[in-house]
Amino acid sequence: MDESMIKSASQGISAGCGVRVVSGERTGYAYTDDLSADRILHAARTAALIASAPAKATVQGFQKSQARSLYPVTLPSVDAEISAKVELLMRADKTARAYDPRIKEVRANYADELRNILVVASDGTFAEDSQPLARMNVSCIAKTDGNSARGTSGGGGRVALDFFFGEKTPEYFARESARQAILQLDAREAPAGEMEVVLGPGWPGVLLHEAVGHGLEADFNRKKTSAFAGLIGKRVASEKCTVVDNGTMPWRRGSLNVDDEGNSTQETVLIENGILKGYLSDKLSARLMGMANTGNGRRESYEHIPMPRMTNTYMLAGNDNPEDIIRSVKHGVYAVNFGGGQVDITNGKFVFSASEAYMIEDGKITAPIKGATLIGNGPDVLTRVSMVGNDLKLDEGVGTCGKDGQAVPVGVGIPTLKVDRLTVGGTARKDPGGFMQ
Amino acid sequence: MSPTELETPKLGTDLKEVAQDIVARAMKAGASAAECVVREGDEFSTLVRLGQVETLKESGSKSIGVRVFFGQRAASTYSSDFSKQGLDRMVNSALELAKITSEDPYGGIPDASQLGQLSGDLDLYHEDVYSLPGADRIDYARRTEKAALDFDPRIKNSEGGSFDAATGRKVLANSHGFVGEYRRSYCSTAAVPIAQAEDGAMQRDYWYSVARTLKKLDSPEKVGRIAAERTLRRLGAKKVKTAKVPIVFDPMVSTSILEHIFEGINGDSVYRGASFLAGKLGQKIAGEIVNVIDDGTIPGGFGTSPFDGEGIPTRRTVVIENGVLKSYLLNTYTAKKLGLQTTANASRGLAGTPGIGPGNYFLQPGPKAPKELIGGIQEGLYVTEFLGQGVNLVTGDYSRGASGLWIQGGELTYPVEEITVAGNLKDLFLNISEIANDLEFRGSVAAPTLRIDGLTVGGE
Repeated sequence: MDESMIKSASQGISAGCGVRVVSGERTGYAYTDDLSADRILHAARTAALIASAPAKATVQGFQKSQARSLYPVTLPSVDAEISAKVELLMRADKTARAYDPRIKEVRANYADELRNILVVASDGTFAEDSQPLARMNVSCIAKTDGNSARGTSGGGGRVALDFFFGEKTPEYFARESARQAILQLDAREAPAGEMEVVLGPGWPGVLLHEAVGHGLEADFNRKKTSAFAGLIGKRVASEKCTVVDNGTMPWRRGSLNVDDEGNSTQETVLIENGILKGYLSDKLSARLMGMANTGNGRRESYEHIPMPRMTNTYMLAGNDNPEDIIRSVKHGVYAVNFGGGQVDITNGKFVFSASEAYMIEDGKITAPIKGATLIGNGPDVLTRVSMVGNDLKLDEGVGTCGKDGQAVPVGVGIPTLKVDRLTVGGTARKDPGGFMQ
Repeated sequence: MSPTELETPKLGTDLKEVAQDIVARAMKAGASAAECVVREGDEFSTLVRLGQVETLKESGSKSIGVRVFFGQRAASTYSSDFSKQGLDRMVNSALELAKITSEDPYGGIPDASQLGQLSGDLDLYHEDVYSLPGADRIDYARRTEKAALDFDPRIKNSEGGSFDAATGRKVLANSHGFVGEYRRSYCSTAAVPIAQAEDGAMQRDYWYSVARTLKKLDSPEKVGRIAAERTLRRLGAKKVKTAKVPIVFDPMVSTSILEHIFEGINGDSVYRGASFLAGKLGQKIAGEIVNVIDDGTIPGGFGTSPFDGEGIPTRRTVVIENGVLKSYLLNTYTAKKLGLQTTANASRGLAGTPGIGPGNYFLQPGPKAPKELIGGIQEGLYVTEFLGQGVNLVTGDYSRGASGLWIQGGELTYPVEEITVAGNLKDLFLNISEIANDLEFRGSVAAPTLRIDGLTVGGE
């Protein structure tokens, strides 16, 4: 919905089959979106060209895996009445426009999918899953005479349509989007340079995803291309930090009953009280590295080769009171909403971009500041975490992670965190006495 | 609207006929206008790491999408299933879906008088991208990686060397009788070496060559060597103090400035007022030396096509002339919204309404060599890579992670990293003060080395 009109509606179906042949460290891959037997056999023969000789092991029979049910929707949203989806958008549009007369543009969209997968492998794997995914998004532009600003909000998960009529309504997302746009109208210059940074709970967990998550994916560590390679058992965070990846949380966007190699997902401890405990692995890296398979083999679709990916990655709650954390900061930034992020896993440098942030001055949250990129070094940023809140929250269900051109849905979360030193990429230069406007 | 009565689809290799057939079915079912796209592609890719083949991938795919109008209501559907049932379902779903959309007075396909395509060979397709035998393709990847690994003992690891080839066919048909088709080919080779310093710190960078024909692809040895050089010069990088200094953008990142301009002047952002450049037609928005062109007609170009995503012949558009905004880039819908003519920049995916995409979109080069730009700076930053997307076109706020080399006394000195570059795009475009002569197309968007003043480098 755009300009209070349903301007476009679209739907589609794609189906296909991918065949992967693994021989030592070599992978052959072919896929087809024509599901006739001869095309699938052709794909299999093409993929098998990678192998130098016929397989030594023969298939022993298939073991159907005992599936969990993390997203037991009775009516997948793709089959729900379209009129109900239109209603969501109309309600979002109305709420956002009513929020403040300065809200001039509202776009709301809703998307859902149902992904049916079947994974069969020569090691006996036989796994099926039906994975619903729904999301709605509202973005607003606020305008005054000389000024414009935008706000955006959204959420969802592996949920049925009723989620948006009960738990998280279009009004909730619309108000949040409009609030951010209005707030940004008065934002002042962000500071530049190293300073104390407090991250709000929830979506700012994108810090973990970029700073440590990618660097702990096993493929990079097998190839020793990650700044985290060889650091298992070493301190990579302050002892207040325990970070997990958990694919088993009901209804969550990043959750999966089975990964794209047919293995059950699990909760994997990555960092425990500051010590690096493990990597996220798939079949290939688990075998080649002689480690356990953590069920993190994921792929975007049948067109893609699986690789180790995150599911829901978050830090466990600590003992600090969020108000005390703010109070402890003399001069710093409080960042509560973020756009995306990116990491160079080899040198460990990562960024994430704040879209809603405030100055903290003498222990008090003061003026909102303009969006700014925060930049740090993955292997040591968490060593500078001095306070961890008791308010763990996961994001609303909007995250999509890209790696090697493959996009997969993920979740992130943190409690309120204080990082003692992080570089903030604003434009206002630091003064001995504070920040210049 | 009743479901269409369908005859057995004629499914030969002629995708044009399939597309026309789908349009005819939609019209027969009562649509007032319809448009169908078909895409077909093949891809091959191989990655060699530390001399060993790591992956080999080879595949073909085909998909189809339809957009229908009932008066001013529109909907679209797509499918990868070309069976009779699959195509029936696709057309019928589109007809059904159009019931729930709104009357949009600006909706519709282009007028028949606007449709057409460039004639003659645009040099977009060369069979030779697949001409190498499998073993030779792998050898290309192997040689590219080897050239990088052999360049210097500090290159100790690698994410591999690769060789990719792909061909794609696009077909578009609509209910005004337009039908067009073109094929394009690509091949590329790349290397991603990793260098390690004595203290164990690692750096990674990459280089690649891409072309529509093997004949124009750079040699694996050249690609590997440049990748190694780019990686090595990052070793020992440090942070710098927060400062306001002149910044020189390497061509690999200067294209991002053109992309921000594109984001700000495409019709979608303009009619919504989602860009600070909306309404600035005829005004000075960039430094006087800035001339930006979009040209979808350049033979062999990466952004060339005989017609755009709506079946309108591509053209050359002057976007910025001597710093003055001369034209937005538009498709039919946004042109109507703004009371202007389309610039034939419609881009069409399988589903949804057409978006806006660049043709060959570039910044005209200036007179000086890149070295001379750097030579004129006492203290400054040469950016080679950006990290993250901290750009807001509504406000112009700009803040990105960066790495590169520090300029001192007109020379590139030590590498820097973990810094930010920030400012506002309004000033940034106006402060483009020098443009070098090294324009090279490595994709559909291209810009030479350029200098921008007034940005803040955030560090310690």
